[in-house]
Amino acid sequence: MPKITFIEHNGTPHTVEIALGKSVMQAAVDNNVPGIDADCGGECACATCHVYVDAAWLPKTGLPVEGSQEASMLSFAAVTQDDSRLSCQITVTQALDGLVVRMPEGQH
Amino acid sequence: MTHDRIVIAGAGHAGGSAAAMLRQLGWKTGITLVGEEPLPPYQRPPLSKAWLTGEADAEALALRPLAFYNDADIELRLGVTVTKIDPAEHAVTFNDGDTMHYAHLILATGSRARRIPLPGLDQANVLELRTAADADKLKAVLGPGKRLAVVGGGYIGLEAAASARALGAEVTIIEREPRVLARVACEILSTFFQDFHRSQGVKIILNAGVQALEGANGAVTGVRLADGQVIPCDAALIGVGGVPNEELAKVAGISCDGGIVVDLDARTSDPAIFAIGDCTKRQLPMYERTMRLESVPNALEQAKQAASAICGRPRPPPEVPWFWSDQYELRLQIAGIPFDATEIVVRGDVAAGKFALFHLTADGTVQAVEAVNASTEFMGGRRIVQRRKKLTADRIADMAITMQELAS
Repeated sequence: MPKITFIEHNGTPHTVEIALGKSVMQAAVDNNVPGIDADCGGECACATCHVYVDAAWLPKTGLPVEGSQEASMLSFAAVTQDDSRLSCQITVTQALDGLVVRMPEGQH
Repeated sequence: MTHDRIVIAGAGHAGGSAAAMLRQLGWKTGITLVGEEPLPPYQRPPLSKAWLTGEADAEALALRPLAFYNDADIELRLGVTVTKIDPAEHAVTFNDGDTMHYAHLILATGSRARRIPLPGLDQANVLELRTAADADKLKAVLGPGKRLAVVGGGYIGLEAAASARALGAEVTIIEREPRVLARVACEILSTFFQDFHRSQGVKIILNAGVQALEGANGAVTGVRLADGQVIPCDAALIGVGGVPNEELAKVAGISCDGGIVVDLDARTSDPAIFAIGDCTKRQLPMYERTMRLESVPNALEQAKQAASAICGRPRPPPEVPWFWSDQYELRLQIAGIPFDATEIVVRGDVAAGKFALFHLTADGTVQAVEAVNASTEFMGGRRIVQRRKKLTADRIADMAITMQELAS
C-alpha cells in the first residue's frame, strides 16, 4: 500500500499506509492524524482537510482545476498558498507512494 | 483515590470523535467507549441517503476502521449501556452489572426519535430512522411499487422520501404544519423543497393531523388522517423530531433543561463530567444563546471542546453552527441560525435550483445563509456570519459581486 507522510504545523511527521483509490484525507482520518478535521466527510463541502503539497510532489498531485468546486472551497480556507489542496480531492495512486503534505496552522 | 480513565457513554459520531480527539491531543491513559448498538462508531447521515440507496457499504459508514480502536488503545464496549452515574465516587455502572471508575466522564448519549401517541404504532413496518438497524428495516420494505407513508416533513422524512423514490417506491409525506421543514427552514426554502419533491413524484399532504395507523395481520396498511382520509401504505416512517437522552444525567443530579446543560468547554454542572452532541443544551457563542443542536458538525465541535478542556489545550475558537442535507441532486447547506432575522435576501436563481438565502437582522447583520447547490455561497456565508458582517440587500443579490468580495 502507498505511504503518505503528513507533517503537522509544529513539524511532527506521521507516515501512514492507505489503500489505492482512497483519498489522502481518508488516510489521515483512518489513522487519526491530527490537523485534518474533514468535517463534511469528504464531500468537498467544507475545506477542513486543507494541506500544502510538498514541492517535489506537486507535479504528480496537480493543483485544483480553475473554477472547480475545490478551488472555490479553498478560496475560503484559512491561510492558503500556491501549493494548497483539499486532501479529500486527491485520490491515492501508486504514483503517489511516498507523498508528503504539510498541514496549515488550523482548519478554521 | 484518583483515577486515570476517561469513560465515554455513547459511541455515536460525538463519542467516537471525542475518543479520537483525546488521543490526538495527547491523552495517554485509558479510554473506554461504551455503545448501546453492536457497531463501532458510524456516520448516521448516510442512513437516510447513500446507505438506504445501497451506494454506501458498512466500511464507508464506519467513522474509522475497526483496527484504529486497537491501535489507539481505545477500549470498545459495544452492546452495553451506562445505567447509573455515581458522581461522588467518579464511577459508572453498566447494564451488565460491571462498574468502572473515571477521571472524566463524557456523556454522548445522543437523541432518540420522538414518539407520538398513536393507535397502531406497535405494528410491523411502522418504522423510525435513527440507527443502522432502523435503516436496514426501512431498506427491506422499499422497492419498485412499494408504498411508503412518511409522517413528518422534517429532514429525515424528506431525505428518506428522496431515497425511497430513487428505489422506485411511491411516497406520501404527511405534515401537520402548513409547510415542510416548518421548524427549521424559512418559507422560501420550504416551498422550494415541496415543489421539488412533488416534481419527483412525491405526494405531500400539508395541515394534516394523523389519527391512527391502520393495519391487518399485525402489519401497517395505512395512515388514517384526522379528516378520515386513509393513505394506504406498506410501511410508515415516523420522523417527527428527536428527544435528548438526558435521563441518565438528570438522575445523577446533573443540570438538565431539555438537554444536558453544558458550557463552552462542553462541561456539565459536574466539573468531572462533560456532555457532547445531540444530548446537550449548549451555549452558542456567536449568538449569545443556548440551544440544542442535532447535527454532525455540532457533535464534532463539542467533541473538540471536551477533548481540549480535558487535555488542557486552548478552547477552540467560536464556531458558526452549520448543517447539511442531501436530497436527490440537491445539496442544502446552512451556515448559522437566523435568530432575530427580519429580512431574507435571495442570491441566485430559486427556479433553477441554485441559490442562497441570506437572513439579515434589522441592522443588516447576516445571521444565517441557506444555500442550495451553492457551496461557494455557503462557505462565504460561514465567514460572513463568523465576522458578524453587515451587508446590504442589493450587494448580496448582485451576482457580479463575487462571494469572495462579499466575505472579505
